Amino acid sequence: MLAESNRPIFEWRWVERNAHNIVQRLGEHLSLTASALAIGLAVSIGLAVLSLRWRWFYSFAIAGTGVLYVIPSLGAFALLVPFFGLSFTTAVIPLATYTLLILLRNIVTGIEQVPGEVREAAVGMGFTRLRLLLTVELPLALPVVIAGLRVAAVTTIGLVTVTSMLGMGGLGYFIRQGIQTTTPNPTAIIVGIVLSIALAVLVDFLLWLSERALAPWARKVRA
Amino acid sequence: MNVWEQTWAWFGEPDRWSWTNSTGIPYRTLQHLGFSALSLVVAVVLTIPPALWLAHYRRGAFLASTVVNLGRAIPSFGLIILFWFLASRWELNTSFWPLLIALVALALPPMFTNTYAGVVSVDRGAVDAARGTGHTETQIMLRIELPLALPVILAGARVAFLQLVATVAIGAIVNDGGGLGRYIVDGFAQGAGGYGEILGGGLAVVVLALLCEGAFSLITRFALPRGLSPATRSRALVSR
Repeated sequence: MLAESNRPIFEWRWVERNAHNIVQRLGEHLSLTASALAIGLAVSIGLAVLSLRWRWFYSFAIAGTGVLYVIPSLGAFALLVPFFGLSFTTAVIPLATYTLLILLRNIVTGIEQVPGEVREAAVGMGFTRLRLLLTVELPLALPVVIAGLRVAAVTTIGLVTVTSMLGMGGLGYFIRQGIQTTTPNPTAIIVGIVLSIALAVLVDFLLWLSERALAPWARKVRA
Repeated sequence: MNVWEQTWAWFGEPDRWSWTNSTGIPYRTLQHLGFSALSLVVAVVLTIPPALWLAHYRRGAFLASTVVNLGRAIPSFGLIILFWFLASRWELNTSFWPLLIALVALALPPMFTNTYAGVVSVDRGAVDAARGTGHTETQIMLRIELPLALPVILAGARVAFLQLVATVAIGAIVNDGGGLGRYIVDGFAQGAGGYGEILGGGLAVVVLALLCEGAFSLITRFALPRGLSPATRSRALVSR
């Protein structure tokens, strides 16, 4: 059992003393999130391209990414640690695989709802398949893709805290640190949780803004 | 010994398959499932009545969408540790309540939003017909809206339950229980010597989660009211 703890619930002094550390962990949190989203997005775009070409592949890919989504985070880390150690790789792989289901589904749904006439017009103008995808279909699918990206980003930011079990964790490091000393430090726990939520809300808001800037024609799309 | 041999040896240790000893995988599996199911039941009891009522009278739509967004942003890992800390400060039994409260809090958002969304999506015609045939508002809620919203509610329960199974494992860092997560956390504490236990525990957790997912799709299939249209049924079976 833990020793008696009489530290006040919140100490500004702790925050001031650890400001440098907090900024550093915030950076780690962002880099884990960004890497996971970038990998997830790249893989799901690849899967989406294959899915749009072959229908059977889509159900296959949805089932596969669905299985990955169901795997508990701690279980996924546990399966990777013996092979990759307590490393960035071990942390990023599961974070990235959790984004696949939602991103894949939203990319495919987004592209499928592009009106047939638009596609025909582009083909009639002599667009190649690749150009059609990159300059017509993806931009028109953008609101739905970003809606998926928002959900994926917010979920990933929350999950990054679990990687503190691997000695990383970004802001989760403070949550973990809060109970590792002999007298638990509630300030560290609160700072970790509050900043993690704030980061999620901020990233969600920024993505929402970018959607409005990049796709001003679509004002009403929900995740 | 390489990792696979270590894991194989770990699976073969005495009492590893015991139902009564706390080192046994079956024992830990039951603990894991029991904790997840208990949390889900508490969350269901807490959310369905208010969500049903609010959705029936079309109140609190803003609340429903805010709750789910906020629920996603709150790190489950942080909640577990926060409640554990509060419990230890207030000198409560620190092995049970903090984890239960954190788990219930995690299951509330998906249960609440899905119940709300499910009830709102019920055909207005069905509700008006019930009203016209003399059903009271309470009867409409319980006999029309609740059964017709069931597919969406079950989809929420499935999401919530899988999240619970994943989070119970994380609970092992503060809890004597923690189900199958116990092995992983104990293994981490041993460094490279614990790889067999980490991998064994990881496999057990993953298999459990996949089995639960399978069980839930079966339950969804059987629990749907027979009167639902085929389109609604199939939508319920694939949604997540």
